[in-house]
Amino acid sequence: SSNEHKLNFKKSKEACLSYIQDALLQKQWKRAAEFLTCYVESLEKDYSREHIGPSEIIWRIGTEILWHHSQSNMKEFNCFMEQMKTLGVKRYLRVCLEHVFHLLCNGQIDEAYQNLSLAESWRFGEQTAIQDKEMKLIQAYRGLLDYYSWSKQKNILLENGEDGFSDLAVEQEMHGYFRKAAVNLKEIIKIPGVWDVFVKCYVDLLEFYGDHNEARQVLNEYAYNSKFPANPNAHVYLYQFLKRQGESKKSLISALKILHDIVPSHELMIDFNTMLQKSKKRKKRRLGLEVIFTALDYAGWKENAKAWSCLARQVKQIVISEKHLDWIKQEWNSRKDWWPAFHFSRYLAKRNWQENKSLSYEKALVAGILLGKDCKYFKYVSHQGCKAQLKRFRMLKKFVNRHNLVYLRISG
Amino acid sequence: RDFNERCAQCSEVNWGLTDGGGFYCRSCHNVTERTREVVNTDFITNSRVQTISKGSKKQEKNDGGCEWYICEGFQLVLKKQVEALEALGVCPQMKDEILCNFWRCYLQKSKQAYCKRPAAETVKALSVCESSTDVDSDPERPSLLHLLSLSESEGDLQTDCSFASSVSKVSESTSVYSGSVDGSLYIMKNQKEKLRMTMPMTLSFCYMALLWMREPITLSEFLRFVVEGHIPYLNVFQHFPEKMKLCGLDLKIFCVESWPVYEEVFNKMHELAAFLDLPRFPDITESCFLHPDMLCMKYLMEANLPDELHNWTCRVVKKIGIGEVDFLTLTPGNKSTRKVKYDVLAAAVIVVVLKLLFLLDDHYEWLLSEFAEERNKNNTEGGPYFEFKKWYEVVKHSLDVEQKKLDEERAKYLWRCEKPLFYSVKKKSKVLKRRQMVVNLQNQFGKLSGSVQRAEKPNPSSFQLSWSEENTDGSCFHGHSLKGVLQEKRGLLTAMNPDYWLCTVKLCNEKLCGHLAHYKDVEFPQSYHFVLGLFSFLLRIQPSYIHDEVCMIEHKLFNKKLHKKLKYNTVLRK
Repeated sequence: SSNEHKLNFKKSKEACLSYIQDALLQKQWKRAAEFLTCYVESLEKDYSREHIGPSEIIWRIGTEILWHHSQSNMKEFNCFMEQMKTLGVKRYLRVCLEHVFHLLCNGQIDEAYQNLSLAESWRFGEQTAIQDKEMKLIQAYRGLLDYYSWSKQKNILLENGEDGFSDLAVEQEMHGYFRKAAVNLKEIIKIPGVWDVFVKCYVDLLEFYGDHNEARQVLNEYAYNSKFPANPNAHVYLYQFLKRQGESKKSLISALKILHDIVPSHELMIDFNTMLQKSKKRKKRRLGLEVIFTALDYAGWKENAKAWSCLARQVKQIVISEKHLDWIKQEWNSRKDWWPAFHFSRYLAKRNWQENKSLSYEKALVAGILLGKDCKYFKYVSHQGCKAQLKRFRMLKKFVNRHNLVYLRISG
Repeated sequence: RDFNERCAQCSEVNWGLTDGGGFYCRSCHNVTERTREVVNTDFITNSRVQTISKGSKKQEKNDGGCEWYICEGFQLVLKKQVEALEALGVCPQMKDEILCNFWRCYLQKSKQAYCKRPAAETVKALSVCESSTDVDSDPERPSLLHLLSLSESEGDLQTDCSFASSVSKVSESTSVYSGSVDGSLYIMKNQKEKLRMTMPMTLSFCYMALLWMREPITLSEFLRFVVEGHIPYLNVFQHFPEKMKLCGLDLKIFCVESWPVYEEVFNKMHELAAFLDLPRFPDITESCFLHPDMLCMKYLMEANLPDELHNWTCRVVKKIGIGEVDFLTLTPGNKSTRKVKYDVLAAAVIVVVLKLLFLLDDHYEWLLSEFAEERNKNNTEGGPYFEFKKWYEVVKHSLDVEQKKLDEERAKYLWRCEKPLFYSVKKKSKVLKRRQMVVNLQNQFGKLSGSVQRAEKPNPSSFQLSWSEENTDGSCFHGHSLKGVLQEKRGLLTAMNPDYWLCTVKLCNEKLCGHLAHYKDVEFPQSYHFVLGLFSFLLRIQPSYIHDEVCMIEHKLFNKKLHKKLKYNTVLRK
């Protein structure tokens, strides 16, 4: 470019920044520090037109370097953070928060708590209102640390309780923490967002003090309020809560429905299928079959014996009853082109047999039904099983032989 | 002339006579009580003493500052620069006789001093930095923002929001901020009328003086010394005396945020020379450093090329007449002659010679190199023949290393200095706080930089690349022979290469598009790019400028052949 040789402040700093970025990517902390030393004078220029100004860049890069550099220590780090807090009032609370995170990572819980309290008491004209969200976060994290203290007290109490002691002071302290934590946690989860850790802690508190209604409401809001981002964990928490409360299968099933839609490979799909299979309602049983088939589409489930046993059980049941073979046909239709290579290859047959006989048993059953007794997988496993004189494999062989023509009807 | 005391106000030794017989300091117009004791008639008749209006008595202001004019500031800058040049070995005459006179002439021609100050233009702008209310409520006084937008100085000063935000609260009638008396006037001046002084122009002044003295330093070298910090430029205002307060618009004038480009300084210098009505400069003869023969020798050495090539550069120079005194010597105001860039010209001559001998079409030079290599392998007696390939590898390696170093240096460049600047007193505390934070951060991260300390700036050297014949690895090509590429014809040594390709068939009109040819638009052989890149690095200028000179030389060299009707094929037989 014609301006290549025309070096000015801005270009020089841009070049400096790219050297810093290269050094960071290669974890060359000394070199990054070297160039950052030259970059910091950008603070003396006002870049308010830029999207990210020098002060933010210096904050982020400096944090990275000080966190990783071998010669740096927490004292240096804290000193730097304090300076960064004074740099930009618009960013004050965010810097405080990130500082707190670093302290927590370093195990300095008390310092983190102090910083949070300090930040909470910060007021700066109209900025206070503008940074309202950050303030709520700060309060929420303080609430979290209060919960942590509450939890410690609770454990002390429980231990002492076993010995027959009851320490009133500890108990009062515990209740104090509860109040402080609950107030803040409740506030943050009102705002749409992903607040897994806050929700869990809050629900834990509510359950301990017996406020199950509130807990249920909180979890329902978290899972079903459309303003909140789709979050599989919300449904998991709700399900676990309902299970703890001993709710009916019906409500348990309804809690897992959306989870199946969002994360078909979730580990709770086994529970889901188990409940659905046993249902009296035809629709539910149908759904159950879909659930288990879908779960096994995922590579992480390939060697999950439990999942295969669920599928095997349901398939077997359908075959024996001779009703609803079309269900299997529907499910198999989109899978018949790739499941054989994916699950039922000869190589897998050998490996499964070697590593996990139960797994191979369940899979062989499914393979035998879906692909017939002459398929590679079933042939190998059943042969091996009979050779080893294992009774169930002989039973399996008989069963599949008896129902051999099913696969023709399924594959259409 | 006899009065050598330093001025009480500005420490300058620059005295003139008032008509009352007293001494006045030309730099700051401070009038002393001393009168001349001895009448020196020579002094009176030689000096061009002008009367000065007695109106502007210096007044000390509250903040300890004094009234000062922009041109006084520039005078200080020039003084510092020329002192630095003296330290580098330039003849001391330059300061006292040449540059001084150039400057005075400029002041006079631009009506900033040594003349009746045009009354209408009295500077109304107050030099107050505090936000006092204006003395005269002149509705036509331009607002600060307007003044900012008029100035064409580059850099972010114009868009400095901290300035703009402080100004937006200022109403139209508030005084204009500047530490100097005429800061605002300076920015407002219509630059077409008079050559308004700028920081880059101080370099033009210096170079003009250097050229007049025919000092052995080229413009590219001079600018390199500036960038390397041997000549004060970047933060030179920090050497202003305490009493000269800089703020407001002064910053726009004296704070630079970019390095001036060769073209800019060069063109300004010529403008200046014409403006000052200077006569023809001292002759540039064959024994001058700036003569192409001398410069070619220097650049050949630096480019690690065989000394034998010098014969060829001299031949080319002679043939096209660029070694003639009249061609080389600057005559200001003469618009018909092309302005000579001595360094670029010499570099271009070398490029042309390389093209003559090696063709540089990405084939022939490698072919020749192979022959030379063969010969060198089999025949170790007598000196080695020059191998283009080896030379390319050695030079490219060094060039890459140096370029990388240069790029890193540029990225690590520190622009600020200890003396803080602020547009207005209101901003002072914020600026100082920031400065303190910057210093703290520099300390903190400087410690983490490991053992890398910012070294003292190395002594300025004329040669950026150096090659020693004592190196046994054969990486120095000065003594290598060109026998491999030459042949004897009728008692004359000519190149074996019979062909030549022109960079461009037709030269552009420089006045229209700024260039003689367009380097970027055409695909040239890689070897050509390499050679241009080498000199581009050494001279710190864009390769396109060297390319322009190459085109110019080629067209002079092949003038006759070009006037014959040429086919589209631009390859010529020599």
